[in-house]
Amino acid sequence: MKENNKISKVLILGSGALKIGEAGEFDYSGSQALKAMKEEHIETILINPNIATVQTSEGIADKIYFLPVTPYFVEKVIKKENPQGILLSFGGQTALNCGVELYKSGVLKKYGVDVLGTPVQAIMDTEDRELFVKKLDEIDVKTIKSHAVENAEDALKAANELGYPVIVRAAYALGGLGSGFCNNDDELKKLVAKAFTFSPQVLVEKSLKGWKEIEYEVVRDRFDNCITVCNMENFDPLGIHTGESIVVAPSQTLTNYEYYLLREIAIKIVRHIGIVGECNVQYAFDPQSEDYRVIEVNARLSRSSALASKATGYPLAFVAAKLGLGYGLFDLKNSVTKTTPAFFEPALDYIVCKIPRWDLSKFHGVSRLIGSSMKSVGEVMAIGRSFEEAIQKGLRMIGRGAHGFVANKEMHVDNIEKELSEPTDSRIFVIAKAMEAGYTVDQIHAATKIDRWFLDKLQNICRISKDIEKCGSLEEMGKDLLTTAKQCGFSDFQIGRLIFKDKEDPDTYTPIVREYRKSLNVLPVVKQIDTLAAEFPAKTNYLYLTYNGTAHDIDYEKDKKSIIVIGSGAYRIGSSVEFDWCSVNCLKTIQNCGYRGIMINYNPETVSTDYDMCDRLYFDELTFERVMDIYDLETPHGVVVSVGGQIPNNLAMRLNDANVNILGTSAKSIDNAEDRHKFSAMLDKLDINQPRWSELTTLDDINKFVGKVGFPVLVRPSYVLSGAAMNVCSNDDELKEFLQLATEVSQKHPVVVSEFIQHAKEIEFDAVACKGEIIAYAISEHIEFAGVHSGDATIQFPPQKLYVETVRRIKKISRKIAEALKISGPFNIQFMAKENDILVIECNLRASRSFPFVSKVLKVNLIELATKVMIGEPVKPLDKSAFDLDYVGIKASQFSFSRLLKADPVLGVDMASTGEVGCIGDDTAEAILKSMLSVGYSIPKKGILLSTGDGKQKAEMLDACSELAKKGYKLYATGGTFRYLKDNNIETTEVYWPDEAGKSPQAIDLIKNKEIDMVVNIPKNLSKSELDNGYKVRRASVDFNIQLLTNTRLASAFINAFCSLDQDDIQIKSWDQYK
Amino acid sequence: MKQSDKIKLVLENGLEFQGYSFGYRSEADGEVVFNTAMVGYPESLTDPSYSGQILCITYPIIGNYGIPGDKLENGVSKVFESEKIHVRALVISYYSEDYSHWDSVMSLDSWLKEHKIPGIYGVDTRELTKVLREKGAMLGRIIPADKECVLPIPDPNLDNQVAITSCKEVVRYGSGKKKVVLVDCGVKNNILRCLIRRNVEVIRVPWNYDFNQLDWDGLFISNGPGNPALCDEAVEHLKVALQGDKPVFGICMGNQLMARAAGAKTFKLKYGHRSHNQPVRLIGTEKCFITSQNHGFAVDDSTLGADWEPLFVNMNDGTNEGIKHKTKPFFSAQFHPEATSGPTDTEFLFDKFVNLL
Repeated sequence: MKENNKISKVLILGSGALKIGEAGEFDYSGSQALKAMKEEHIETILINPNIATVQTSEGIADKIYFLPVTPYFVEKVIKKENPQGILLSFGGQTALNCGVELYKSGVLKKYGVDVLGTPVQAIMDTEDRELFVKKLDEIDVKTIKSHAVENAEDALKAANELGYPVIVRAAYALGGLGSGFCNNDDELKKLVAKAFTFSPQVLVEKSLKGWKEIEYEVVRDRFDNCITVCNMENFDPLGIHTGESIVVAPSQTLTNYEYYLLREIAIKIVRHIGIVGECNVQYAFDPQSEDYRVIEVNARLSRSSALASKATGYPLAFVAAKLGLGYGLFDLKNSVTKTTPAFFEPALDYIVCKIPRWDLSKFHGVSRLIGSSMKSVGEVMAIGRSFEEAIQKGLRMIGRGAHGFVANKEMHVDNIEKELSEPTDSRIFVIAKAMEAGYTVDQIHAATKIDRWFLDKLQNICRISKDIEKCGSLEEMGKDLLTTAKQCGFSDFQIGRLIFKDKEDPDTYTPIVREYRKSLNVLPVVKQIDTLAAEFPAKTNYLYLTYNGTAHDIDYEKDKKSIIVIGSGAYRIGSSVEFDWCSVNCLKTIQNCGYRGIMINYNPETVSTDYDMCDRLYFDELTFERVMDIYDLETPHGVVVSVGGQIPNNLAMRLNDANVNILGTSAKSIDNAEDRHKFSAMLDKLDINQPRWSELTTLDDINKFVGKVGFPVLVRPSYVLSGAAMNVCSNDDELKEFLQLATEVSQKHPVVVSEFIQHAKEIEFDAVACKGEIIAYAISEHIEFAGVHSGDATIQFPPQKLYVETVRRIKKISRKIAEALKISGPFNIQFMAKENDILVIECNLRASRSFPFVSKVLKVNLIELATKVMIGEPVKPLDKSAFDLDYVGIKASQFSFSRLLKADPVLGVDMASTGEVGCIGDDTAEAILKSMLSVGYSIPKKGILLSTGDGKQKAEMLDACSELAKKGYKLYATGGTFRYLKDNNIETTEVYWPDEAGKSPQAIDLIKNKEIDMVVNIPKNLSKSELDNGYKVRRASVDFNIQLLTNTRLASAFINAFCSLDQDDIQIKSWDQYK
Repeated sequence: MKQSDKIKLVLENGLEFQGYSFGYRSEADGEVVFNTAMVGYPESLTDPSYSGQILCITYPIIGNYGIPGDKLENGVSKVFESEKIHVRALVISYYSEDYSHWDSVMSLDSWLKEHKIPGIYGVDTRELTKVLREKGAMLGRIIPADKECVLPIPDPNLDNQVAITSCKEVVRYGSGKKKVVLVDCGVKNNILRCLIRRNVEVIRVPWNYDFNQLDWDGLFISNGPGNPALCDEAVEHLKVALQGDKPVFGICMGNQLMARAAGAKTFKLKYGHRSHNQPVRLIGTEKCFITSQNHGFAVDDSTLGADWEPLFVNMNDGTNEGIKHKTKPFFSAQFHPEATSGPTDTEFLFDKFVNLL
């Protein structure tokens, strides 16, 4: 049935680094597309610089290019590889935009490359707003009345014609970038100015705030057969970006008429536009009538389609890829039942609830309001058989310390009314607070426009919570209320807290309630996700747990031949796709070793939650309670806690106490490394140095300690992930101010103060040990000096500038630590080196963020080795020659500051990047250039604005500045830098800081007028002083989309790279060509 | 949701499903069937094809948008599929007591009470569905939790459900140049609406009425509950009509009766097709449709007469989904082109029929 039989080689574009609005979902869709091609024996070429993804792993694509997904590089690859077809819809907006450009410029035609699936014209019809409206007008489908304008004046005219409120959006932009609501002329002028920096075309539309937001995922084949795989309803009505909304599937408040009306229109649209593959249609739907508007159509796989795939079990990306080859839906099988066709619409017998995960507390000064532009960094999907069950699960999954909708730590809300109508990232908890404070469902509905149905269900949770609270003991609560509570998603902990009211030690709540619950036989059941609501038998391994049921869907073998892998949960800053790669590779190795691999995870954006990746997938919580539920049912050989980042690591001790067999390094060792005191004592005993630190409880003690080590100091609460709430303080004032914040963050934990060493090198040691003996390792060095979080730093592997002596010492210390902690499995140690003094910063007895990067550069899969060690399979220590590489890998970070309104785009001890790339080059300069171009930098063509920091930093930047001058760039510099460069015979034009009002040229004007295309702005000190000159310049460069560098070392490396190399000098070499 | 009286559903094989009472408080029995549709409970409950049956909805959360107020248009209800609830009882997992919709006037609970139909919630509906899937549709009874179930349970399929649900006298709807006789085997209102909307006069006659004596341009055989083998009277009338050349269109029961009139056999499916997502293919083409279905019996199309051929096939299990005459304008669909509830992809069949008139 295939049409494109001539296709034997295809090119697929990935989405690059994870960023806000474009995250792990495209690793999932790309991997599925590659799997579909492989099944057809088609050779695949993948371009994606995101080295931590599963799709860029061995055996998935035939050839991988770690290169930027830009027309320039894609053309080079096309020229070299000569593919017959190209897939554009699996790499998000990045791939789509790139594809459209290649089409428009005639490159695809020139090289005879066919676009498989949806034709480019159809893509353009959906992407260009005016074309889109025209297209839908042709079939009498209503769109939001929109005026496309190309200047601010026309925008103003349009807004006044439509009447406020209006929404402004930039055309061709990712996930609502540069868009927002305006209530008057002033607001409009401001927003429009910004929107024009992202796109030459800006759209002004009538706002439909408060309407329901409904989405349909539609699939069409070339024979015009259409299905809608899933519909979804946003809990948050229109006005909040769907990526920022809580979303349920299927829709809950639509009648049959409404459901099928919108379905019919969706199909009509998809047919008219001519989609071949997958497509998403978003509606605004009037809550008071049957009126609707089409918001937009995404002619590609999207975040919603990944969610829909996970919500239904229907592999949209896989099917879309096959349809692109010319198959009909009737040719393909339902991959769950394996007997019925892929032409059907899944029937769900559960509800899923997606909740976004924000990390706004990581950004200084950022606005916490949520709205029409996306800020969340990840999401979770919870499955239940009641809304209450699903949402409470989901609120635990997002990992913000909540135990569900109720029974959480007291949250302070200044003004409930205001926060209800002006939603922030805490909206759902503000609703809880409002309900607790006696607000009625009607009042909350009036303020939020959230459908009463959802609010009634939340109210139900509150009601049950009050009923439990009235009970003086578990016995008094009784079986009926306990069952009701569990059916509505209450965790054992929540029940314990409500009953014991903080009279007992909170750590005992879960075990006490659990035991009582088990004694009453109130247990969860395991249900399958089978796409057909049990209508047909399915051997599906896609599972979830619920209390709304009485029987399990599956029988357990109880043969101890399975191994549970605990996943990494929601993507967040500090824990992302790299742990998904680790989990997937761990599962693969487990299966290769003859065990069944069991996955627990709840992140719909991942490949590890693809039910094809394991023998059983529990799409469920990673709490102690739920992991134990599954452990009890599975009775596995053991559990792996070291490949999913910090969540599983933190569970280790409790699982161990519950007699769970933890594979690899013991829980006690994990605790010895996690617990600062124990770890420090061990280092002292081993005679290993570390920066001086102290755990302190009073200001006096802190002052005494600072007197000893001197400023700056690093201040942080203990036991946290990724440096949350840590800060560097350079003087007394900063210290005092920060301590007030820090103690508010965590009253229970004392404050840890450590000496902060400046101008030190930071070094990563990623390794695998077996019974305390290191069998493989990778040493990499940060380009930036210590002080930039390791997750934000640019990392070079193998190291190019470390002393031989440094390397030797690091190996020696690592061996000692591995031996002392009897490590069996993956681990990572971070070192600081100044001259040849080596200090240990921290040690994690789990896979680290850099595992996929070093594994792929080294071409040794460290996770495979580690998993074998944990299972007890024989492994051989790696040959020394394996570490001798003739090429260099650079891992660079992707920041999403442009989406985070008002956040200061500066790097510090707290992690801020949302993603990363890893590129390989013949030398450092080439690898740096590739990786920087991959995270969105470009080689400047016009001018550069320089503010290079304090004296020492200015000196560090001098060489780079002189290279720029030599290259002939027009240089601008602010006062101090101008004079310093002048003294060093480098000509620049002096420009003025914002507080030097009246003088011109102003730095900010240069940015606004785009007279420059790069800003180097080095903050003088490590503190985050607010709203100063530097902040304004940095923020302006982000807001006006001009590339910004804030670190001397990275800026120098990048400048050096593009001054010594042209873009044309970059080698187009696939991964396998680096030998 | 407040806890109410504990009741249970007992199947004829003795299996029990515990739950809580809602709707009308009474006992009920019937053939237990499941439907996997995710929306459309007001439509399903009033669908005459469910006559004699206890309906288990596999979507777990039911009642969300309440029950709309009834309005009449051309003498036909705009929102319901008939004048009453036809299921004998409703089985669900979670009852959404609070409902939310601008057009709703009462809760599902109140509506069931008004129509004296019992409901049971808190049931593991997925497990019940699996039992029905494996063992086939079964008789069942809903009784208080502490009561013993007395067997046997009377089988509604032994009664002529078509006769129970069909209209008792001739009713005329709409106006237009063309006249269509609609043989009411338990017709759904949306079939009436679909025909009236296409500007034809509809003459709705009881299932066993001899319509051959009437003057008509087209004949329509409706959907209906139960076993087609009990409708020989209608089949005999139909055989006469099929001697002629005027267009005939049948849906669901209509498909089965036409098949029987064309000499084919019908048989009982293990657990029937009741959902909004049944894939069918127009035989000999690459055209596929998602259809709404509700039937427990099917046509054995290998037994069709020589002048007939299958028109549609079910892509899940290969059963017949419609037949057509090789030369004359007679055709039928086992699925529901009128949808309501369900997908609207095949409504064009009404156009096809009306254009033939």
